[in-house]
Amino acid sequence: MEKKRNMAVTIAGVAFKNPVMTASGTFGSGMEYGEFVDLNKLGAIVTKGVANIPWPGNPTPRVAETYGGMLNAIGLQNPGIDVFIKRDLEFLKQYDTKVIVNVCGKSVEDYVEVVERLSEQAVDMLEINVSCPNVKEGAIAFGQKADALYHITEEIKKKAKQPVIMKLSPNVTSIGEMAKAAEAAGADAISLINTITGMKIDIHKRRFALANKTGGLSGPAIKPVAVRMVYEAAHAVKIPIIGMGGIANGEDAIEFLMAGATAVSVGAMNFVNPYATEETIQGIEEYMEQYNIEDIREIIGCVE
Amino acid sequence: MKKKKKETAVVYSQKETAQGIFDMWIETPLAGNAHPGQFISIYPKNEATLLPRPISICEVDEKKERLRIVYRIAGQGTREFSSYEQGDSISILGILGNGFPLEAAEGKNVFLMGGGIGIPPMVQLAKELAAANREAGRDNSNIKIILGYRSELFLHEDLMQYGQVYIATEDGSKGSKGTVMDAIEDNRLKGDVIFSCGPMPMLRAIKRYAAENGMTAYLSLEERMACGVGACLGCVCKTKEVDHHSFVHNARVCTDGPVYLAEEVDI
Repeated sequence: MEKKRNMAVTIAGVAFKNPVMTASGTFGSGMEYGEFVDLNKLGAIVTKGVANIPWPGNPTPRVAETYGGMLNAIGLQNPGIDVFIKRDLEFLKQYDTKVIVNVCGKSVEDYVEVVERLSEQAVDMLEINVSCPNVKEGAIAFGQKADALYHITEEIKKKAKQPVIMKLSPNVTSIGEMAKAAEAAGADAISLINTITGMKIDIHKRRFALANKTGGLSGPAIKPVAVRMVYEAAHAVKIPIIGMGGIANGEDAIEFLMAGATAVSVGAMNFVNPYATEETIQGIEEYMEQYNIEDIREIIGCVE
Repeated sequence: MKKKKKETAVVYSQKETAQGIFDMWIETPLAGNAHPGQFISIYPKNEATLLPRPISICEVDEKKERLRIVYRIAGQGTREFSSYEQGDSISILGILGNGFPLEAAEGKNVFLMGGGIGIPPMVQLAKELAAANREAGRDNSNIKIILGYRSELFLHEDLMQYGQVYIATEDGSKGSKGTVMDAIEDNRLKGDVIFSCGPMPMLRAIKRYAAENGMTAYLSLEERMACGVGACLGCVCKTKEVDHHSFVHNARVCTDGPVYLAEEVDI
């Protein structure tokens, strides 16, 4: 008989059936990918960032392919919290998976407004996006200086009814310091990495590939950077870490878990393989089978 | 609507039909779901080029479960596709997007306008409009096919069986010298409805022309895409009204388009 293997993990008191989530912005609110994967199988759906009011995002072109990855500068286009609650959260209620809402804003007040609006909603956790490199105001301004990160985390924690994940930017000198600032301000968990700021020039047209000039690099090209940063953050703080950056399959996910992540998110690779989330879960199961691991928690941070 | 799928398709044939323009038939059960104006995304095998390439469906053979695509080499991905030979298997995602509303042409004089690599979707469109004529016992005199090229022609012979074909070339080597708009003027063409696909300047000219002449125009737009299924919000176009999904005048070309009523989009 097959052994019962445990894939469940817990972050800030929230129990996930498995450690595989969707990276914010790559999966909408699950509606589009529900055609390809069984959303009930996912550990959590992390939604596209939502602000207090609708945001139009950046002009096109918003995406460009690069070697083993892609740049995006969507600019956090979103329909605003009103529509999000009525449409996206209603949709997500049908599924037996955890819901993590990614929150964005241009000022501390914007973030707090969204956090307060979500307080009575069927939302398991909040992920605070202080690391989007593609919007001019707010967002990343809070994510690149430890004191600013501390301040916004503290303000959000005062109002939040759900556990708070701070999503960190890799575009910093010391990820450990940023992780510590979030932890010290009361964050329940951190997620990393957001995209790495990059640029591509179309040499035939003598133009930037993106209308925004710069964009966030994601995909397999950034995976080693992400694994290194998860490892450094894991050694800097005690709060749980959700790791992401180029995860395409179970083996990639295991690497992040070994580096110290309690859970992982599949991001850009959803675009390359719409079944990537389910296949990552399956790949982790196969790995556990292969090495006779009874509990996934055994391997979290196992490489010192 | 049929579910979208990522599937393995098999290359049935491929040839270079004009310089840098390739004509490929692939075998896939998805063929039965395809309508004119829809597209598939093809994944390059080279993992350094990750993203699927959206390519319009040129022709459908439902019985043999084959799709025809005609594309231009535009970069590494399409260069790789051009090397495929009969029997090669490829990964595709489909069927994507919304096609042209054929019913809008019912009993009307219709222009099918294609510019450059926007010509391919006109083939299946013309074929289905001609089939509707045949069923209704009409001839194809209501179908005017207006094609714009730089210089070298392709697909014009395929299209001749479905309606009168008018050609414009930038260098004037064939047909009217200039663009599809010059071909309309030179031939004094009159119609009610336009179905079009081509470069942005052409679509802008068509939008203006349709408004001035009281015609209804449908434009098939192109934009850089990542997911192709409406999740990433990479491929948006500006819309006149707040659209039902984004609530910020940004419709997704992949799922809300690629075909739009001209007055609905700000281009």
